[in-house]
Amino acid sequence: MRGITPWKVAVGLTAVALAAAGCTSTPEPEAPKTDGSFIISWGEPQNPLVPAGTSETQGGVVIDALFTGLTNYAAADAKTEMANAESITSADSGATWTVKLKSGWKWHDGTPVTAKNYVDAWNYAAYSPNGLVNGTFFADIKGYDKVATADPDDDGPKEAPKPAADKLEGLAVVDDTTFTVTLGAPSNLWPIKVGYSAFMPLPEAFFKDPAAFGQKPIGNGPFKLESWTKNVELKVTRFDDYQGAEKPKVKDVIFRVYTDDAAAYEDVKNGTIDFQQQVPQAKLVGDLYKTDFGAASSNKPVSSSAFLAMPTWLPGYNDPKVRQAISMAIDRKLIVEKIFNNTRIPMNGWVNPNMAGFKDGVCGEFCTFDAAKAKALFDSAATKPAEISLAYNGDGPHKAWVDAVCNSIQTSLGVPCVGKPFPTFGEFRTLVQTQKMTGMSRAGWQADYPHIENWLNPLVKTGASSNDGKFSDAALDAKLKEADGTSDLAAAEKLYQEAEAMLPALMPTIPMWHSSQQSVWSAKLGTVTINTFGELDLATVTVK
Amino acid sequence: MSSPEVATPTAEAAPMPVTPAVVEPAPRKDKPRSLWTDAWYELRRKPLFVISAILITLFVLMAAVPQLFTSADPLAADLNRSLTPPDFGAWFQFGKQGQFGFDLQGADIYARTIYGARASILVGLSAVIGNMLLGGFFGILSGYLGGWTDTLLARFGDIFLGLPFVLGALVILSTFAPVQSNPSAFRITSLVILTFIALGWPSFARIMRAAVLSTKQLDYVHAAQALGARPGRVIFRHVLPNAIAPMVVVGTITLGAYIGAEATLSFLGVGLRQPVVSWGIMIGDSRQYMEAAPYMMAFPAAFLAIAVLSFVMLGDAVRDALDPKLR
Amino acid sequence: MGRYALRRLLQAIPVFIGTTFLIWFLVWGLPGDPFAGRCGERQCPESYVKFMTDKFGLDDPLPVQYFNYLTNLLQGEFGQTFNGTEIGDLLAQAFPVSIKLALVAVAAEALIGITAGVLTGLRRGSFIDNLVLVSTLVLIAMPIFVIGLVARYSLGLASVSPEAPWVELIIPGLILGSGSLAYITRLTRVNLVENRRADYVRTAVAKGLAPSRVTGVHLLRNSMIPVVTWLGLDLGSLMGGAIVTEGIFNIRGIGGLLFDSINRRQSGVVVSIVAILVLVYLIVNLLVDLLYGVLDPRIRYE
Repeated sequence: MRGITPWKVAVGLTAVALAAAGCTSTPEPEAPKTDGSFIISWGEPQNPLVPAGTSETQGGVVIDALFTGLTNYAAADAKTEMANAESITSADSGATWTVKLKSGWKWHDGTPVTAKNYVDAWNYAAYSPNGLVNGTFFADIKGYDKVATADPDDDGPKEAPKPAADKLEGLAVVDDTTFTVTLGAPSNLWPIKVGYSAFMPLPEAFFKDPAAFGQKPIGNGPFKLESWTKNVELKVTRFDDYQGAEKPKVKDVIFRVYTDDAAAYEDVKNGTIDFQQQVPQAKLVGDLYKTDFGAASSNKPVSSSAFLAMPTWLPGYNDPKVRQAISMAIDRKLIVEKIFNNTRIPMNGWVNPNMAGFKDGVCGEFCTFDAAKAKALFDSAATKPAEISLAYNGDGPHKAWVDAVCNSIQTSLGVPCVGKPFPTFGEFRTLVQTQKMTGMSRAGWQADYPHIENWLNPLVKTGASSNDGKFSDAALDAKLKEADGTSDLAAAEKLYQEAEAMLPALMPTIPMWHSSQQSVWSAKLGTVTINTFGELDLATVTVK
Repeated sequence: MSSPEVATPTAEAAPMPVTPAVVEPAPRKDKPRSLWTDAWYELRRKPLFVISAILITLFVLMAAVPQLFTSADPLAADLNRSLTPPDFGAWFQFGKQGQFGFDLQGADIYARTIYGARASILVGLSAVIGNMLLGGFFGILSGYLGGWTDTLLARFGDIFLGLPFVLGALVILSTFAPVQSNPSAFRITSLVILTFIALGWPSFARIMRAAVLSTKQLDYVHAAQALGARPGRVIFRHVLPNAIAPMVVVGTITLGAYIGAEATLSFLGVGLRQPVVSWGIMIGDSRQYMEAAPYMMAFPAAFLAIAVLSFVMLGDAVRDALDPKLR
Repeated sequence: MGRYALRRLLQAIPVFIGTTFLIWFLVWGLPGDPFAGRCGERQCPESYVKFMTDKFGLDDPLPVQYFNYLTNLLQGEFGQTFNGTEIGDLLAQAFPVSIKLALVAVAAEALIGITAGVLTGLRRGSFIDNLVLVSTLVLIAMPIFVIGLVARYSLGLASVSPEAPWVELIIPGLILGSGSLAYITRLTRVNLVENRRADYVRTAVAKGLAPSRVTGVHLLRNSMIPVVTWLGLDLGSLMGGAIVTEGIFNIRGIGGLLFDSINRRQSGVVVSIVAILVLVYLIVNLLVDLLYGVLDPRIRYE
């Protein structure tokens, strides 16, 4: 559960220079071995290994090794590039898309990869009684409402009705390597979305026994599953018939389960294993990881940011003045410096800098620490909370900063502030979603695709899926709706920016900081490229 | 407990109800030295006992009035002081802070270590007393009544004994203190204590049961019963005094063990937690900073070890003193 | 003795059922939704939650769930985790590792503990005696996680590899057994001291036996009875009690599995482990009691 990064980031559009050079070390002159292997620190996946059934990183990293979808995000600059797809084109400005596959691709069991594999996989994932985690990704496609039904009364006794259809109306197989996709509403962003693992195909073998498949998946990716000792390690080996552009340079990759990231770090250091995606927070103090690893480490910004969700349904918290005051009472700079050792970037707006449409300094004075102003503003509010609390999941590395934020608020406003840990992320999210929180709660957001829209609609619109604070403002909703309906991308972007500019006065959530990731690896690894998801790009790794 | 007066015949006689059976204990009054006075003479000459008694007194004092030792607030945190190493110059200057350095949040480690004694002693002591009372009660019931009650209670106790201690505590605490209620200091402390009692009472019951069984066979107990003494009187006058010695010994050692167990659970994240200040929490917080800030762990760990040590040593000394076989 | 063993076995059944039900109840009673965390930072889709709830029968009343579980258990079916892993496979992987670790710990306890105990017991009051006494106190006082963390990080030790070879388990085993080691030392010492004054020793000395024979045959053999039984009981409790040690050295055994499963609400795993541990405890207890009768002829069971 540690360091959950559920959504893969696709930072393709904006080609923000992501210091790619900084995290690729030059290979040693000696010829790299082609029969080598290396070990990655890993955690047991939460769900069976089916692409559309996995949305957390531990499962995701293995899925990415085993499967290849229509498109990839380039490891260096996150641009969308064709993988299994020859082309994805639309003749009617985004309403219908025609997907052509490259021929000659094979599954690990030798059968060819066909258009039908994609259509079947997507239909299966979208059909709600199948209960796959990423089913909602197909909501853009025409006919989704007929294959996925919602429970009419949430936890109540009534059950979701059986869907009227079990196939998406918008999907049609044209021939072995071609299929068409009709969307519910035109979207120019759609080809960028399909790089996400939910859109990966499934072989015929899956449909014979889905449960068994999840334990022994057959993919079409650069690696095939060799063995999986549950709760110990998973081993993948090179798939020699792989047709993708980047073929693996090593024979085996082993994913080894660690429950303690400090133990994993120590093992990379002494060469027992070879890669840790995120070093423990304590190793950031005084740049300890740089001292330990030197050039065998990387520090890379990622497209995720941290917020504090405000329970806007509670008296006190429902006053924007209180929310602004709390925001001003947090010394982001000092906390980032002391707790994160400057591995976070204090936020001054609601949008990650890697996004198209990002503007600096939108939040202005309300995101700038000023204890006196904060106290004055807080005292001027009519009702204010008697005690402030900040909830977080105790299984993630949040305690240190939560305590620091609370101390900062307490010192500035003179109101007691306590951090509230919840033992598991699951429990924490349940309480957030069921509106049981009695104070603020931490919220993280990671981009689905690199556009300002992805940072507003899902987070601050009335009733949006990740609007944890149940914030609602009619004027803001209207502005966002206007932007959504604008087909010209540049004009739409401007409208989204106008919507963001409304946020400082409303303070729906408190922006905290943008994240970066520090990875370390052993001397055994030659070329190391961290892709835009923050994952190690397995196919390009060479070993000495 | 080490006070000699507590168990002398005179003190014992005080709560005694007036019953016809007063006749019986008369000769004991002339006895110059009871087991306890004897033990006391023995103990005073043992350096281990003296050292541990002094240390325990110190810890108890720390727990009761931490202000005596430090003027700093253990909860006050100033991020600007984050991870400042110990200032050994401050050790001998009153009113200064940072003797043990500052933790990640910039709180004074010395103040936190001092205040941490309270949670540890409180949990250990209450849990042991609770164990003695509950275990003692059930032990007397099994031993005295025997038969069905005995079997039933023994099996019931086995249910709790069968669980490895840390494991059982882990499950119980993560069910009842999943933290989302943001347990107050009182709530979480009492939960930890109750958990320890739930898992610990069967051992104490066994000790008590054994004491009751062996005492029941003694002639003077039969005599008392023959003279018409009620069960309550037999238990309080004859059985309890015999069982107290082993209970005290096991209790003292268990107290030390409980302080360690509390720290382990806090370390695993299911025991005490903020706003309680405890050594276990401090050690748990510091585990990742062992290289960058070893003092974060060193001081609370040292205090914890010394406290556990003191109680184990005391238990040892008391056992040696009470066990005439080893003299 | 046969009748006694049978009666004890019968008595173990309600204890077994009681303990597993207690744990079952506690684990399933844990607040929160076991699925909410399985979808990353997003809310799990309802359809997914419903699918899983139906699959694992989580809507049934607790006693029904428990009964189903127990019925399956009796047929050797442990069920599955939420990610579709057979719990039986997990246990089959983890238990041997933990047993190995516990064996190493017990072996270290026996070897070092008994030697130190005999040494100090024979030279009571000497410098060595006091030194060992103080060291055991320190070992008892130091929580395992402090010893483990210090050993692991200041010595820069590597984690134990997945196959858990014996050599790599030596240091974790020593750490795991350190507390018990101290107890064994003291137990041996106390027993020796006590038995030295026993009549049979006096008799042996009086009839002119060589001191080495008195110590080796008469004294040691009798003093070892409680020590051996203690070691037996410890083997059982160490198997499940290695949560901290296994975590620090990333040993893929029962303790780590259990801790992880509690955190992840893998109730089926938790209950299965506890059930097995309780079973081990009950059997070891019975064996130890029976062994007592064999070792010490004064004890007789009906």
